Amino acid sequence: MSTATHDTEHVTLEPAVHEDAEATRDKPLGGRFISGAANYIDERTSLSGFVKELGRKVFPDHWSFMLGEIALWSFVVVLLSGTFLTFFFQASMVPTHYTGAYLPMRGIEMSAALESTLRLSFDIRGGLLVRQIHHWAALVFVAGIGVHMLRVFFTGAFRKPRELNWVIGFILFILALGEGFTGYSLPDDLLSGNGLRIIDGMVKGIPLIGTWTSFLLFGGEFPGDQIVGRLYTLHILLLPAILVGLLVVHLMLMVINKHTQFAGPARTNSNVVGFPMMPIYMSKMGGFFFLTFGVIVLIASLFTINPIWAYGPYDPSPVSAGTQPDWYIGFADGALRLVPPGWEFVFLNHTWSFNILVPLVGLGLFIVLVLIYPFIEAWVTGDKRERHIAERPRNAATRTAIGAAGVTFYAVLWAAASSDIIATHFKLTMEGVIHALQALLIVGPVIAYFVTKRMCIALQKKDREILLHGFESGRIVRLPGGEYIEVHQPIDDYERWKLVDADAFEPLVVRPNSRGRIPWHQNVRAAVSRWFFEDRLAPLTQSDLDEAAAHQHHTLDHIADEEHAEIQGAHERAGVPDAPQVPIDDGRHGETANRPSNVIVPEPEDGKKAPKNREKDLGQ
Amino acid sequence: MAHEEDPLEHERASWKPSPGLAVAVTDPVHTPEVPPHRERVTDKDPAAMKRAVRTVYTLFYLSVAASIWAVAAYMLFPIEDGSLVSVRDNNLFIGLGIALALLAIGIATIHWSKAIMSDKEFIEPRHATRGRDATRRAAYHAFEDANEESGFGRRTMIRNSLFAALVASVLPGLTLFRGLAPQDEDPVELLSHTMWTKGMRLARDPEGTPIRASEVTLGSAFHVIPEELASVSHEDGYLEAKAKAIVLLMRLLPEQLVPEENKMDWTYDGIVAYSKVCTHVGCPVALYEQQTHHLLCPCHQSQFDVSRGAAVIFGPAARPLPQLPIAVDDEGYLVAQSDFTEPVGPSFWERH
Repeated sequence: MSTATHDTEHVTLEPAVHEDAEATRDKPLGGRFISGAANYIDERTSLSGFVKELGRKVFPDHWSFMLGEIALWSFVVVLLSGTFLTFFFQASMVPTHYTGAYLPMRGIEMSAALESTLRLSFDIRGGLLVRQIHHWAALVFVAGIGVHMLRVFFTGAFRKPRELNWVIGFILFILALGEGFTGYSLPDDLLSGNGLRIIDGMVKGIPLIGTWTSFLLFGGEFPGDQIVGRLYTLHILLLPAILVGLLVVHLMLMVINKHTQFAGPARTNSNVVGFPMMPIYMSKMGGFFFLTFGVIVLIASLFTINPIWAYGPYDPSPVSAGTQPDWYIGFADGALRLVPPGWEFVFLNHTWSFNILVPLVGLGLFIVLVLIYPFIEAWVTGDKRERHIAERPRNAATRTAIGAAGVTFYAVLWAAASSDIIATHFKLTMEGVIHALQALLIVGPVIAYFVTKRMCIALQKKDREILLHGFESGRIVRLPGGEYIEVHQPIDDYERWKLVDADAFEPLVVRPNSRGRIPWHQNVRAAVSRWFFEDRLAPLTQSDLDEAAAHQHHTLDHIADEEHAEIQGAHERAGVPDAPQVPIDDGRHGETANRPSNVIVPEPEDGKKAPKNREKDLGQ
Repeated sequence: MAHEEDPLEHERASWKPSPGLAVAVTDPVHTPEVPPHRERVTDKDPAAMKRAVRTVYTLFYLSVAASIWAVAAYMLFPIEDGSLVSVRDNNLFIGLGIALALLAIGIATIHWSKAIMSDKEFIEPRHATRGRDATRRAAYHAFEDANEESGFGRRTMIRNSLFAALVASVLPGLTLFRGLAPQDEDPVELLSHTMWTKGMRLARDPEGTPIRASEVTLGSAFHVIPEELASVSHEDGYLEAKAKAIVLLMRLLPEQLVPEENKMDWTYDGIVAYSKVCTHVGCPVALYEQQTHHLLCPCHQSQFDVSRGAAVIFGPAARPLPQLPIAVDDEGYLVAQSDFTEPVGPSFWERH
């Protein structure tokens, strides 16, 4: 088999779906039993169309596309393990006395919820394992959604036509948090009861409706004997139903929109290059489900999570220092901690608890901003085209910087939830840690924004450097004249294409509309777009690349000339001007003798920068 | 990539989406051709392919063995009554079996797809997400015809009364949810009182034994409940009563206390009692620092200064902890002078 034919065989423009010329024949395809069954089903469901459509559908490949799968598969694990748990758990706060296998708790009065949780942990073989699988899988689920969301944000994969799927995905994230918190509260142990106490206190702080909302939620006074049953209904019925429904829509939209892909050879905005659903993704994704499941079971069999038997039943009086909520609730708890003293007023005969309202409204605004970010960016750019190439974060410097600021804000709130642990571990004062985090909450995102923006631009410049002048080979060459240069190696075409940023934007220039006016929102948009696209690099053109290549040859010739002159001079000084010059063959032919670009001698006729060049082109 | 050349947009005659602030690059960098296929080891070397196949089926059989092991572990490691070690072993060995069974399937399947299955890549064109013009026209006409035939847009009285009826029909359902809380109780009233009354003895939490003033030594702190609470059962609202009535009792030197004007006689010989429920969101303020007379809430780090009427000195709480006025009865036991004079616990809207 020659290489040429081999190459074309491995990437093909033919559709992955095979149109069978004989598809019209009556006789079923394939073997007797399978074809019989397939025929039976198809005649009743027309499933063959579905298989034809999806069976060989092409998906692009990248490791970061796997992050969403972690979320998907850990959710399946949560569903499976949770269903098992419902067979043993009693969502009731009826008081009972524990009589199970765990000696330290025997005879203690507790709710049926905690009693059944202890029983399924210590009296049912493998029960503790499933409980720990459920808890670990839930933690992995929320974390999986988090990293998946960061991937989508930083690669701009939320742009048209995927804005709605971003919104759905974000609602899934909020639902996952709700599922996590309701599940955490079910065992009715000391820690979860304290968590509910905090929720009760927060709800009571809401103006006008707070007191009654808490009263209705708990079915009377806190803690009451209702809340576990109610959270159970939310946890296993209402929230999962919405979650599964939206998850199906999320995946359907992903199939309809087709997955984004990173730029690469032959990968453009109007195609998908990748492997077919069957068999590659079927086995890869299916295998990944087992990997996710396996890793979660491994963690669950080796590491304890939420040892309720160490906490005991809920009692409003005791509490231990240094207890932590599950990680995903941390940011909300941290927000409560960072409020300075005294943010509460009596006004118009009512109590206004700003120490609770400000964190609530602040987090609400943060959540809404993340939720609607795709629409904000679409409004600024005004770009109505479909965008299917996942951007490299550095090429969208302002967005990446905004994302870094948001991540910093979240991280500070998260750290605040562990302020006491930080203080005791690092031997700091508790007040000092809180004050530092309060300052960081304001200053941190600003610093993160500017640092990230500068880093992105620097990385863009580095890419441009590599595109135009190749990469540093690490080989230093001394020229005959005594000059040292580092040899650069040109980057190959395929790698080069990955580095090219195809997008170019200019800030909005406001123009009067048909009535001769400039509406205020246009001025706002112009200002925002100036900020959004400031310090941008003009896009690289093919002529820039060609010029750089020509320049490389020029430099190479120049070095050769110098070398020639040097050696010739040496020969003349030695009195043998006609001696032959033997070129040094070091076996490195792929290299260009580029000088580092910062010492390139400017050349008046063709040394122009890209923007000027583009103006010239436009003018022609 | 000049967008005029983009088939995504070209395939719709009527659709020219605005590029917005994007500028067309006149001389874009050329897209390289499809790169030559790099053969995998298993493509080139039949022995390597054989090894890969062997690895995959070995892993699948290993998974079978691990599953069998997990079932065996279920029987080999029973939970013995009261033995935590047996719980641990049961958890560990069943878990490791299942984990290995699942991981082996996962690794085998992914290895199969990466090393053995064809790694031929396909190129599929994308189509614009919006429907074709004819489809969109047909959808538009469907709505138009339906509107025409029903008069939905024209007969506004019918339409608006339908909306009104639909909105109104939700209200009875919402009303039913009033039943979530008891009908004849008022949360504001409940939140304003605790079970403390005049003469009720202060007792240790959770034993319920009363405390003599003489037992409260200088610098000590007691977790306190009303003496009567110990006789309340869970069915009769033990937790609800306790959640409001818990108190912290401390003794300082009388001269260390800076009492407020109207609370001069609320203490007894340097003994003070404060509500243990944080005025922030209601966690128990359980940590007492003897040297500084500070109380700390472990949930959100609010700090209260006992020597100055439990005033907030740090953290998100805004109000001092409510003080329980105390005295000593004839037998020398500490008793409450009355209930708290203000609601305990977190703030709420109707509080003033």
